Amino acid sequence: MISFIGRSAIQKIITLFFVSIVSFLIIHIAPGKPSQVDPMNPKFTPEVVERFQKEFHLDKPLHVQYFYFYKDLFTGETISWKDNQSVLTKIWERFLNSLPLFIVGTIITWTLSFPIGIRSAIFRGKLYDRSATFLSYLLISIPGFFFAYVLIIFVVNQFHVPVIGMDTFGIRDGASLLSIFMDRIWHLLLPSVLGATGGIAVLSRYVRSQMLEVEGQDYIRTARAKGLPPEQVHYKHALRNALLPFVTMFGLILPGLIGGSVIIESIFSWPGMGRMAYEAILARDYPVILTVNFVSAVLVLAGTFISDLLYLVVDPRIRL
Amino acid sequence: MNIEEKKVTKDYEFETPLAPKQARIQEFWRLFRQNRLAILGLFIFILFFCCAISGLMMTSGPDPLLDPAMIRLQEKLRPPFAKPNLDSLRREEIPPLGFYLMGTDDLGRDVFARMLQGAWVSLTVGFVAVGISVFIGIFMGGIAGYFGQHPIRVDHILMTLVLIFGAGLLLADFTRSGSVLLCLTLAYIFYSFRTRNRPGKKRLPLWQKFFRKNAVSVDTLIMRLVDIMLCFPSFFLILTVVALLPASIYNIMIVIGLTSWMGTTRFVRAEFLSLREQDFVAAVKTLGAGNFRIIFRHMMPNAVAPVLVSATIGIATAILTEAGLSFLGFGVPPPHATWGNILSDGKNFIFDAPWLTFIPGVAILIVVLSFNLFGEGLRDVLNPRLRERH
Repeated sequence: MISFIGRSAIQKIITLFFVSIVSFLIIHIAPGKPSQVDPMNPKFTPEVVERFQKEFHLDKPLHVQYFYFYKDLFTGETISWKDNQSVLTKIWERFLNSLPLFIVGTIITWTLSFPIGIRSAIFRGKLYDRSATFLSYLLISIPGFFFAYVLIIFVVNQFHVPVIGMDTFGIRDGASLLSIFMDRIWHLLLPSVLGATGGIAVLSRYVRSQMLEVEGQDYIRTARAKGLPPEQVHYKHALRNALLPFVTMFGLILPGLIGGSVIIESIFSWPGMGRMAYEAILARDYPVILTVNFVSAVLVLAGTFISDLLYLVVDPRIRL
Repeated sequence: MNIEEKKVTKDYEFETPLAPKQARIQEFWRLFRQNRLAILGLFIFILFFCCAISGLMMTSGPDPLLDPAMIRLQEKLRPPFAKPNLDSLRREEIPPLGFYLMGTDDLGRDVFARMLQGAWVSLTVGFVAVGISVFIGIFMGGIAGYFGQHPIRVDHILMTLVLIFGAGLLLADFTRSGSVLLCLTLAYIFYSFRTRNRPGKKRLPLWQKFFRKNAVSVDTLIMRLVDIMLCFPSFFLILTVVALLPASIYNIMIVIGLTSWMGTTRFVRAEFLSLREQDFVAAVKTLGAGNFRIIFRHMMPNAVAPVLVSATIGIATAILTEAGLSFLGFGVPPPHATWGNILSDGKNFIFDAPWLTFIPGVAILIVVLSFNLFGEGLRDVLNPRLRERH
């Protein structure tokens, strides 16, 4: 156990090191320079460009820049080139904005996909199963931005509620607590439903196939042969065993924390992580891009690590 | 004599096991036909293919039948099936169909012509990107699965690094130091070939022994590379690279291809690891077949099923990614229409001209859905384990 933790920690640190090199190289070798973002701006005289390059070590060779950047990152001193703010506080603020989207989206995904998946496994081949299957393919295939506009048209026309942004502008002064709360809920609902669609489709299919796998086992036949009521067989004998792999998925949803959806957040003007990354890409704000990349790589690695550990704890057959 | 021979052949024929009554492809088709959704997917896919080809022919060239770039400002935002106002149009501006099948956009361009032009973009992006990723995936997975246990020595790694560094210096206009490094590496490669071919074992000095040490196996190296690539959030990575590179359709294809080969690599490697131990591979090996013949003639046909399935679903994902990129304004530069940027332009008129949003959106949905259904149908048929369960 201890040796497994140690080995995989070392492996993940090495992977992280290479990820940092690759992302740094991708950004810096790509054509174009951050000092050329706005060549038409009259304030961008050659002296200013030179000062800019000196300030951010852009005149140094690449490996020195790499060293400077990650030294700043680990001491928490990285600053955005665009507005001189600390990158970590910037990410933290945006992260707090994205967090409700992530939490509501995850709750919707997990509460909807389990009942759907289990039901379609029990009624395998029947109308319910077939329509759920088709619906999940539909949800996987629909482009998020198109679905967003369909939902916006529907909700705005039917319920006459505002949906763009995090809250209605100026609602804070003079409105009752309840209406502020409802306003927040309405604004939160559409983006998180959209964030959950793909997840519901994939997860419910996965639940269905896990349930089918378990329902084909011998002990389920034995339970049926004993004359147990079908509910007890499905929910007590089959479901408990089918749930096993999903415990490990708690680790794998971790990267979703920072990913955010660039497209959804820009449609809904939600000031979250995805939009910050998108704006940073447009402005060639390298420290922000690299930091987001690095943090998400850390989360991916931590997620797989946690899911390995959970699997170890949950399934006694696995001994590493 | 003659009679005896006949008898012998008859007996012989009787004892041989009978070949299956149906050929593999017939059996495949019989199973595939049962899945109605997959048939639907295949049908739509063929339809889409024809549309894209005919669309390319009708909308390109110096004098296209349907001009997607023709601007008629007096005819803007006309709904689908609207008749053009013949008095205000010049002769060459009248749409050849006699009406606007899918309406016009905010510059009066014919949406039908633009959709046809965009179909070809979606098709090529899907196929080329997946082609690149499948090619890399099969190559990497094949190497990792078949040559996996071969060690890589320390000097190989060092020499590769020096080679890359030298090439980089050469590209960055440090001609002298770059060429010196390149010459050094080439000399070392020549030297190591010479020493390898020399018969008889000599005791190597200690420093050479260190360089000859086995560092990692090929399999470890490739799988760690896959791990590294999987750490990047894929859409964000594609967005970053596409935004930094000059806008062109080829860049998008290449970038999507280069960031999505990891799944194929894992499938092919897993298949190869199990195939390598099987008897038919050992038999071919004892017959003296070369490595490449074993890999491509004997092992690859047995490993191709999961690759085919993941490629079909990969095309769907690539089309969605391309549409998302064009929606955000990256990708194919503006006068050229893609389904993503028709939708992106149309979103500003979503309440006045909903067809500008719905037509491209529904088109993307149908095409992606057909690829997904077809891919899942293939998976059900090609995977016997799943077939029994359903």
